[in-house]
Amino acid sequence: MDCKINFEHIKVSFGSAAVLRDINLKVCRNSITGFMGPSGSGKSTLISLVNRMIDFDDGATFEGSVSIDGSNVLDPRTDVISLRKRVGTVFAVPLPLPRSIFENIAYGLRLQGINKRTVLYEMVAESLSKAFLFEEVRDRLHTSALKLSGGQQQRLCRARTLAIKPEIILLAEPCSGLDPISTAKIEEALSELKKEYTIVLVSNNTKQIARATDYAAFFYMGKLVEYGETASIFTTPAVQQTEDYIQGKFG
Amino acid sequence: MRVNPRHVNTFAAFCLNAQALFTVSILVVIVCIIFIKGIANVNLEFILAFPEDMGRHGGIFPSIVGTFFLVLLSLLFAAPLGLGTAIYLTEYTRESRLTTLIRFGVESLAGVPSIIYGLFGFIFFVIKLKMGWSLLAGSLTMTIMILPTIIRTSEEAIKSVPASFRRVSYSLGATRWETTTRVVLPCAAPGILTGIMLSVGRAISETAAVIFTMGSSLRLPTSLMDSGRTMAVHFYILAREGISLDKAYATALVLVLIILAINAVAYYLMNRITTRYS
Repeated sequence: MDCKINFEHIKVSFGSAAVLRDINLKVCRNSITGFMGPSGSGKSTLISLVNRMIDFDDGATFEGSVSIDGSNVLDPRTDVISLRKRVGTVFAVPLPLPRSIFENIAYGLRLQGINKRTVLYEMVAESLSKAFLFEEVRDRLHTSALKLSGGQQQRLCRARTLAIKPEIILLAEPCSGLDPISTAKIEEALSELKKEYTIVLVSNNTKQIARATDYAAFFYMGKLVEYGETASIFTTPAVQQTEDYIQGKFG
Repeated sequence: MRVNPRHVNTFAAFCLNAQALFTVSILVVIVCIIFIKGIANVNLEFILAFPEDMGRHGGIFPSIVGTFFLVLLSLLFAAPLGLGTAIYLTEYTRESRLTTLIRFGVESLAGVPSIIYGLFGFIFFVIKLKMGWSLLAGSLTMTIMILPTIIRTSEEAIKSVPASFRRVSYSLGATRWETTTRVVLPCAAPGILTGIMLSVGRAISETAAVIFTMGSSLRLPTSLMDSGRTMAVHFYILAREGISLDKAYATALVLVLIILAINAVAYYLMNRITTRYS
């Protein structure tokens, strides 16, 4: 397989508590890879290494390497600012900045030095359309993003990430709190997006992982229990624990 | 016997209302007295004319100019310095012995009486640095005096900006500086502005520290090295030395009106910022 992100011997601990113990995993280019597991299994910590947002968690120490296209981003010399422009993040909770819809999306673009109003407008509209929000907000781009509904804020945050044109998109719980129709829309959008991006989706929702991903990994207590093509994980899991989790026996 | 909670509630509401009303009424009474006693002598001539005979006659134009430049210069020095310190303490460093020490220093500075600042300014700026009684010495002294307020209020304002905003900014590839200037400061602006307004209030009404460092010349200050007299000092001298109580109240009225005007403008600016970033 064509490897985009390669996790090797990842160990992470917060203080004395080990959160991840020796994770080895390859994420395939232009695919959707799902990380599932009960909360506290370490799946979110694992993605916070890819964009080095883990740097903001006090007391976190990590070992091993995460290579994107062969270069290790855990290297202390890594330019994390440009790394984060390549690795987009959509947080589980929608976090619009307190400003207009337009400015929310333009923010990341301005950071890249794009300041021309017409160019900005075009790119904002494009990413809003990709996130299926443009039609709903086209007449009020300059009103506060905080006035949008929860689902709209979710899509706004997605558009904001898409706007900076990253290579990798890390999605945490992309459909928590959304109705089935919006969920279906988003999952449909994801399969469209993977043509251009490598997507890692972190979710507690096993059904969503089953529907939306190409590869799936199951984490439990900081260990990678099983990893493979989603179809085979969900039909013939090799480990009993995985099967129990998928069937909802625990977690 | 258990007191009916509804009665307690009613009683508490009554007390709180009364307390709030009492506080406001003190302010209203003070402003009214000054207004009644001062309004007869306030007119355009009083504002634009020079004082004559120690202030017994004429206007207070040089004092208005002196006050304006003292406040402006103090803010020009103190606001960037104070804001910079606050940003350093909140965004650019972790809690350490150094930050504790800085905070301790700031708190101590805030508790020093203004006359001590005046004496320090006199010894250090006026005598040691040979500035003489001057606008410069006065505003530098005032800078030190208002710094703690600016630092503390800015720090609180910056701290109250949710951490998630910073996370979003960093996740989109922003540097610390970009995050600070484009996300944190706009959100903290109303709080920072409040602190600056409090400082303006302190500087505009200060007498002790100003007399010692800026002097009390009645001439129009035309350079940084000129002595001058602020409205508050003018008021103090007129009343203290029994020169003219009428003119003292008139000066006080102008001072109060200017403070009200400044607050109104600040409030307006604050509203504009909050509507833009909400």
